[in-house]
Amino acid sequence: MAHFDTTTNAGQLLAAASGGRRRRGDRIFSNISVVAAVTILALLVGVAVFLVTEGFPAFTAASSELPDHESFLSYVAPLAFGTVLAGVLAMVIAVPLAVAVALFITHIAPPRLAMLLGFFVDLLAAIPSIIYGLWGIFVLGPAAVPAMKWLEEKLGFIPIFEGPASITGRTMLVVGMVLAVMILPIISAVAREVFSQTPRKLQEGAQALGATRWEMIRTTVLPFGRSSVVSGAMLGLGRALGETMAVAIILSVSGGVTFNLIGQANPSTIAANIALNFPESSGLAINALIATGLVLFAITLATNFLARLIIARAEVK
Amino acid sequence: MEGRKLRDMFGSESKPGTEAEEGRNTMSQAGPVTETSSQPQGAAASARRAKTLEAKEVNLYYGDFHAVENVNMTIEPNKVTALIGSSGCGKTTFLRSLNRMHELTPGASVKGSIQLDGEDVYGAGVDPVAVRRLVGMVFQQPNPFPTMSIYDNVAAGLDFNAGKIRKADKDAIVERSLRGAHLWDEVKDRLGRPGSGLSGGQQQRLCIARATAVSPEVLLMDEPCSALDPVATLAIEDLIGELKKEYTIAIVTHNMQQAARASDNTAFFNLDESGKPGHLVEIGPTQEIFTKPKKKETEDYVSGRFG
Repeated sequence: MAHFDTTTNAGQLLAAASGGRRRRGDRIFSNISVVAAVTILALLVGVAVFLVTEGFPAFTAASSELPDHESFLSYVAPLAFGTVLAGVLAMVIAVPLAVAVALFITHIAPPRLAMLLGFFVDLLAAIPSIIYGLWGIFVLGPAAVPAMKWLEEKLGFIPIFEGPASITGRTMLVVGMVLAVMILPIISAVAREVFSQTPRKLQEGAQALGATRWEMIRTTVLPFGRSSVVSGAMLGLGRALGETMAVAIILSVSGGVTFNLIGQANPSTIAANIALNFPESSGLAINALIATGLVLFAITLATNFLARLIIARAEVK
Repeated sequence: MEGRKLRDMFGSESKPGTEAEEGRNTMSQAGPVTETSSQPQGAAASARRAKTLEAKEVNLYYGDFHAVENVNMTIEPNKVTALIGSSGCGKTTFLRSLNRMHELTPGASVKGSIQLDGEDVYGAGVDPVAVRRLVGMVFQQPNPFPTMSIYDNVAAGLDFNAGKIRKADKDAIVERSLRGAHLWDEVKDRLGRPGSGLSGGQQQRLCIARATAVSPEVLLMDEPCSALDPVATLAIEDLIGELKKEYTIAIVTHNMQQAARASDNTAFFNLDESGKPGHLVEIGPTQEIFTKPKKKETEDYVSGRFG
C-alpha cells in the first residue's frame, strides 16, 4: 500500500480517485434536473399568460357583449360559488372517509385484507371521470332520490336540505358524493403512506402508558400524519375543483346562488360550465369562458397557498 | 395500595373470571385516578411497597422461532433488578413480555405465566391495556410525543382511559412526576414548550416522568441510557436509585458497570449458540453475581472473557 510520505504519491492517489467519469455524471444529472425544474415553471407561467391575455377582453367588455348580458363579475360569481361548494362538499365527505380507510388499512385490518383493500382503493383512481359521471346520473342519482326526500322531510329546517327534493337526483349533493369517491383514493393513498411511517417507538410509547389502540392512534399516528393528510386533501380538492366531465353530466344547472344541496336548481361549476358552453361560443363569449378559467386557476392557487400556511402555522406552535 | 387489581381496570371487553367478585369489592374504593392524587407527593417522600413480578416457566416465541426458554425468576418489590447478557440472548424480549408489549409484534406468542403479586397478567380476560398501566416502560430511545408540550407529554397517560380529571389534580401530578424525575427545576418555566426541544438526557427523564405519572407498580427500562452521554447516564442512574422507593424496577443494560452501580439483583441471560433460545443462567444479589457467581459462564461474562 502507498505510504503518504511523499506529496507526489498523495497527489496521484487523489487524481486517480477523482476520475473524470464521475464528475461528468454529476454534471449531466444536475443539468437534467435544472431543465426539468425550469420546464415546470415555464409551463405554469405559460398557462397563466394564456389565461390572462385571452381572458382580459372579458374583464373590460360591456355587459351587452357578454353571455347572458350581464357583467363578467355577476357571470362568474355563481360559477365560482358552485365550484367551491362542490369542492367543499366533496372534502367534507371524502376526508374523514379517506382517513378512516387509511387507518383501517395501516393499523386495524389484518395484513392480507389490508393489502386487498388498499388495492381496491387505488383502483378507484384508475376509473375515468366520464364513467363516474355516467354512474352518478344512472345509478347514484336515482338511488339517492328517496334519501334526499327523507332529508327534506326530517332535516328540512337546515337550509342545505331545504328542498324541494329533486326527483331526478341530479343535485349538488350527488355531485359532491361522486367527487368524494373520485378524490378518495388520492387522499387515502397519501394518508396511508404517512400513517404507516409513524415511528414505532412513538406508538409503543403510547401503548406502554396503557393506551388503547384508538388512544394510541389519536396521540401518535394522527398528529404525525396531520400535515401530510392536509397536503393530500389539497391535492384532492384541486381535482374536485377542476373536475369537468362528472359534474357536467350529473348536475342539473340553473345558475344562481343557493346552498340548497338537494333541489332541482343548482349553480354550475366553472369547469363544467366551460365544457358545456364552449362548443356554442364565439367571440367575446370565448374570452369570458377563458376568464372564468383564470378565476378557477386563482381559486386553486389560493387554496393551496392557504393550506401551506395552515400547515406551517400548525408546525411551529 | 393493596386495593389495586388488574381486573379493576377492565374496559368493556372484560369477562367475569373467577376473581371477578374480589375485583368488584376493591373497585369502588380505588379507581386509578383518585388513588393517584392521594399518593404521597414526590418520589423522595415516604416509601411504599410496590408489587412483585414473578415469571414462571416463561417461553417466548416469534412465530416458530423460540426466543426465550423457560425463565423462572422473581423481580422483587422496591428493588432494581438488572437483566444482563450478550446481544440476542432474549433479555429485551423477556422484559417486553412483562407488560405484554411482546405480543404487539406480529406473530409473537407467550407460554407460561407472569404474576403481579400473584395475579397472572396473562390470565383469561385480563386486558393488556390494564397490565400496561400497572407495569410502565421506558425505552432505549427517548420517545416523547413530538407534537405535545412538556406538560402534555407528562399528562398523556392520565388522559388514557381515565375519563375527566380535574385540572388542579393534573397540575399536581405533572409537577410531582417531573420532580420525581429530577426534571422540574429545568423545565418548570417552559412547560408549554415542545418536549422534543429538550436534550437527550432530559427527554429520557421526561419519559420517566410520563411513565410514573400514571402511578404504575413496576417500571421496566430497556437500556434507558444507551443513547445518552455519561453525565446524563449518571443522572438517570441516580434517579433509578430514588425511584425504587416507590416502584419495582427491572432494567436491561449492556453496561456492566451500570448493572453493578445501579442494581440490587442481577439476572444473567445467555444462549448456547446463535439460533438457539436464550435462557436465564442465574439470578442473585448483584454483589454475588459480580464477585462469586455460581456458574462458570456467568463468571466468564462478568469478567469480560466473552460477550
